[in-house]
This record gives sequence, C-alpha cells and structure tokens, in this order.
Amino acid sequence: MNTATVTTTAGGGPNHRRSTVNRLSAENVTLAYDQRVIAEQLSVEIPDNSFTVIVGPNACGKSTLLRALSRMLKPSEGRVLLDGQAIQSMPAKKVARTLGLLPQSSIAPDGITVGDLVGRGRYPHQGLLRQWSAEDERVVQESMAHTGVAELAERYVDELSGGQRQRVWIAMALAQQTPLLLLDEPTTYLDIQHQIDVLDLCADLHEEQGRTLVAVLHDLNHAARYATHLIALRGGKVIAQGAPNDIVTAELVEEVFGLRCQVIDDPETGTPLIVPAARRARAGAGRGDRAEKVGAGTIR
Amino acid sequence: MKTNRAVRTPGGLSVRLDVRALTVVVLLLLAALTASVVLIGTGDFPIPAADVLRTLVGDGNAGQEFIVTELRLPRVLVGLLVGASLGLGGALFQSISRNPLGSPDVLGLGQGATAGALTMIVLFSGSAAQVALGALVGGLVTGFAIYVLAWKRGVHGYRLVLVGIGVSAIVTAVNGYLLTKSDIVDAARAVVWMTGSLDGRDWNQVWPLLALCAVLVPLVLVNSRGLRMMEMGDDVSYALGVRVERVRLLLMLSAVLLTASATAAAGPVGFVALTAPQLARRLTRSPGPNLVPAMVMGAALLVTADWLSQRAFGAGQLPVGVVTGVLGGVYLLWLLVTERRAGRI
Repeated sequence: MNTATVTTTAGGGPNHRRSTVNRLSAENVTLAYDQRVIAEQLSVEIPDNSFTVIVGPNACGKSTLLRALSRMLKPSEGRVLLDGQAIQSMPAKKVARTLGLLPQSSIAPDGITVGDLVGRGRYPHQGLLRQWSAEDERVVQESMAHTGVAELAERYVDELSGGQRQRVWIAMALAQQTPLLLLDEPTTYLDIQHQIDVLDLCADLHEEQGRTLVAVLHDLNHAARYATHLIALRGGKVIAQGAPNDIVTAELVEEVFGLRCQVIDDPETGTPLIVPAARRARAGAGRGDRAEKVGAGTIR
Repeated sequence: MKTNRAVRTPGGLSVRLDVRALTVVVLLLLAALTASVVLIGTGDFPIPAADVLRTLVGDGNAGQEFIVTELRLPRVLVGLLVGASLGLGGALFQSISRNPLGSPDVLGLGQGATAGALTMIVLFSGSAAQVALGALVGGLVTGFAIYVLAWKRGVHGYRLVLVGIGVSAIVTAVNGYLLTKSDIVDAARAVVWMTGSLDGRDWNQVWPLLALCAVLVPLVLVNSRGLRMMEMGDDVSYALGVRVERVRLLLMLSAVLLTASATAAAGPVGFVALTAPQLARRLTRSPGPNLVPAMVMGAALLVTADWLSQRAFGAGQLPVGVVTGVLGGVYLLWLLVTERRAGRI
C-alpha cells in the first residue's frame, strides 16, 4: 500500500495547508444528485505529477468524483481543495487556467473547423480586449501538433472519425494550458487501436509535459498499464489506492468488482494484467458466499 | 473558410474579426438603410429618395419635413428597432436552446405578450400605452414561466422548446377565450393588434425601445463570448471558466425583454425572430451565435416586409405581420424538412 497519499483529515481547519499538500484533493465530500447520495465522507488526494486513474464498477461514483474534483458538481458536504482553496469559491476563469476537464458529453457546434474548436480552449486566457493574442495562436498550433491534428486544422469537425474527434477535443483541453487535466472516460466509443492511441497520448502529456492527469477508465487492464496511481472505488468508498503494481491483486479485483480472476504480469510492460477466471471455475467452487455479498453491495 | 483575422496593438490588446461576418453586417446595414429611405418615400405623398435624404439631414422644405420627421421616420425607426430586437432575441434563444426552433415565436413569448395586450384591450379598454405595457408584462411573465418550468439543473435545449410549445398552447387558448368575451369594437382592435403592424407608430414608441436597446445590446454583446462557449455543452463551458448559469439567466432575461418590448411596440410580428438568425448564419457561414448579423438581418427584414406590405398589394395596405407571417411560415416548413433530413427532429 502506498501510504504516502492516504489522507489524514485535520478536522477542516480554516488555515491553508499548502506546500507539502497536493494541489488537488477532496476532503470529506458527500456527493449527491438531488436526494440520491452517491458517496459520503469521501476523501481523495491526487498526487502531483501523477497519472491517476479512477476505476470501479458501474455506479460506484467514479465519474461523480471526477465531476466534483472539476467543480461541475458541488459537494453537499465537505469541499474540494485546489491549491489550498475551496474550488467552489475561486473565480471561474482562474480555476480554468489551472484545471482542465474533458467531459464525456460535448457538442461540436455546426460547421466549426478543427482549428476554431481548439482555439476555443483559449477562453480562460482571453478577455474582452484580449481576444486573440500571438500566444493564443502559438499554443493552439502547438496543441494541434501534439495531438496530431495539425493537418486537419481547416477540416470541419463533423467530418472526422471518432478517434480524430477525440484527439481534437483533447487538443482543445491542451490549449487551455492547465497543469492539471481531468478526463472522463476518454476512450469510450473508440475501437481498441484508438483507445491505445489516446492513452499513449495521455502518457506523453504526463511524462513529457509533466502535467498531472486524472482519468476515469472502464478497462482495468488499461488502467493498470498506464496509471502511476490507481484509485479503486466501490459504493462511493475508496477501497485501495496506490501504484498498480502495489495494489492490484486478485483479492482486490474480487472485492471491488466481484469478479474472480488471476492477476499475472503483463508480458509487455510488467504491470498487473487481470485475467478473469473461466466461467465454470466462477460458477463452480464453493466461494459463492463472498461473491454474493460483494454483488449485493454493488447493486444500488 | 479561414476568414478570421486578429488585430493586435503593441499594448497587448487584441481583437478577433471575422471578415466575412463583418462584410455581411455592413451589407445588411446598407440594405436596411436603403429600404428605410425607400420606405420613408413611400405613401400617399411619394417623396423621391434624394429629397428624403435631404430632409433627413435637415435641408428639406417644410411640407416634406413634417411628413418625413413626424409621420414616417418614427414608423421606420420603430420598424428597425423592432426588427433588430426580434433578430437579437431570436438569436439568443436559439443559441441558448441550441436549436433553430427555440425561437420566441415557437416558445410562446409572442402569445404571452398578446395575452397581456388582450387583457388590457378587452377587460379594461386600455389606451395604446396601457396595451403596450400589458404586452410587456405578458411577455415577461410568460418568459419567467417558461424558465421556471424548464428549469432542471440548468435549462436544456429540447426541454425548453417542448415546455415553450406547451406554454404557447395554453396561452393561445386564453387568448381565444379573451377574444370571445370581447365586444365587436374591442375585438376588431384586438385582431389588428394581434397581426402586428407599424401603422401610426410615432416618437412615443421610438424612445423607450431605443433606450432599452442602448442598455441591452452592449450587455448582451459583452456576454456573447460565454454564449459562444456554451454551444459546446454546459460541461465544456464550465471547464473553460464560463459561469454558465449566470450568463444564461442574464441572456435569457435580455432576450425576453427585447422580444416583449418589440412586441409591445408593434404587436406580435411573426417569424422575424425565427428566421433572421438562421438567414444571418447562412450568410456568415460561421459557427457561433452570430448575434450582430442576426440583429441587422432582423432590422432589414422587418423594414423590407413593411415596404412590401404597403406596396405589394396596391392601394389596400396589409399589416406587416401578415407579410412576415407568410414568408416565415414558408421558411418554417423548409426548416422542419431540412432538420428532419439531418435527423435532428
């Protein structure tokens, strides 16, 4: 277990606890949509300069946690801290210059070109009288080059393939130039080649540009391969967190996902690789009591 | 395609100009002003365009002076202002609802204003000013009702349109009821008002409209950059630092005020708010709310329609609302067909 990042809650003192503390964290947050409570008293730290991946079964609250971290969702209790300040009380544009988010749902306006869409990522750096600086131009070109969409700049976003479109949206988030970037299921709806493509791009952003990335991913094997820090959620609670090599075990997967499996070394990277147990083995052996208990726990 | 130009000063200030959109605005403005001059020259005493211009700069003879500045200029100014307000209001609503059908006509704001006006005409036999006030209040109340009913963690496109259609149906029924309650004189007056007309508009209608536009247009334009971001969805615009709810509330309120006051001044002139933004967009070919082009397009459309209504049918004048209604109805059908083909409805 990586104990360095386990949160100790100091009773929510009013003092800014900076310097040794990570830039982004959630402190005892209760997350709810209307009356439906997704998570209670949840505390999470995002280690600086990590590629953190949040995993967990459906409806475990992972996207909700990401929404709270990016101030889309206001916690009904507790608070999310960015650089020691409650994120909800910070000026919107200031947050947007520090923390970027690629949401699951985004709409490309009719008839917009790639260059134009990526350029919109500059919004938090602009103002009424500072609408398009040379710096804006440079950053947009750079972001498009980085994501490999530079040659598409004049094309309409509607005409692109799903994989290209996701790269364009990532380019827009990059143009925002935030040290922290949150991605909500960036690989959904993409085929395997483009999934790996997008994850490689994320790894580049993390390693080469030193950005802190937080992503929600469905595929546990992808998470184990790419993450430097893994947060496993179930039922709105952190079950384990730390480097994938330290925490991913067959027991953890069964506890979090209710799935019996083997965990072996990935022959390519040496990271944990989850191999679900064969159907017969899962149905057969008399370990039903535990699986049942976990199963009941995950249905909400 | 690549029509954006950035103009930068050494001091670090920069403005982004869409050359094509700018050209469209200038041309439409010229068209609107030309139509205005022609319209001022049109009537029982025709005045040549040259004389109209001379009179406008204060250099005409006394007779023409009276006809131009007292009778026809205010009417044309009301037309321009009403058209601009409707065009801008329509563009705002369509952008907020992310739907070309989300215009004040379809949402029932016109009907709401009509209900207010009918209440004043039928129940109180009110003066013209009271009728205008009634229309303004009716429009605002309807706008508020739509906003409250469509509210659920933010107002969303289809929800807004559907709620608007529902509200529109209810208010139309109320209007029908009010008409059946009225005596024949009030009913005739009500029907003329309901068609939308610029007849007999004078300086008393110009000043309030002008004042409102002078406040709201700059307010709206300052917030238009946020609106442009909101086209990409609430989540993306939040992430970019737009205060989505605040911008949306402010712009919706502005749009309701613009539409309701235009309706108070000229009656529910149909379809300008629906068509102007879409026509403007097709000319500029630029994504984004296209607010200024839509505004100028609305003004040009309304003045042109008013000229048509006076000239196209010989001696018998039509209220301008009939002309915009016929043209706009055709456009709406076309829009429904193309939207359906594009799979958006």
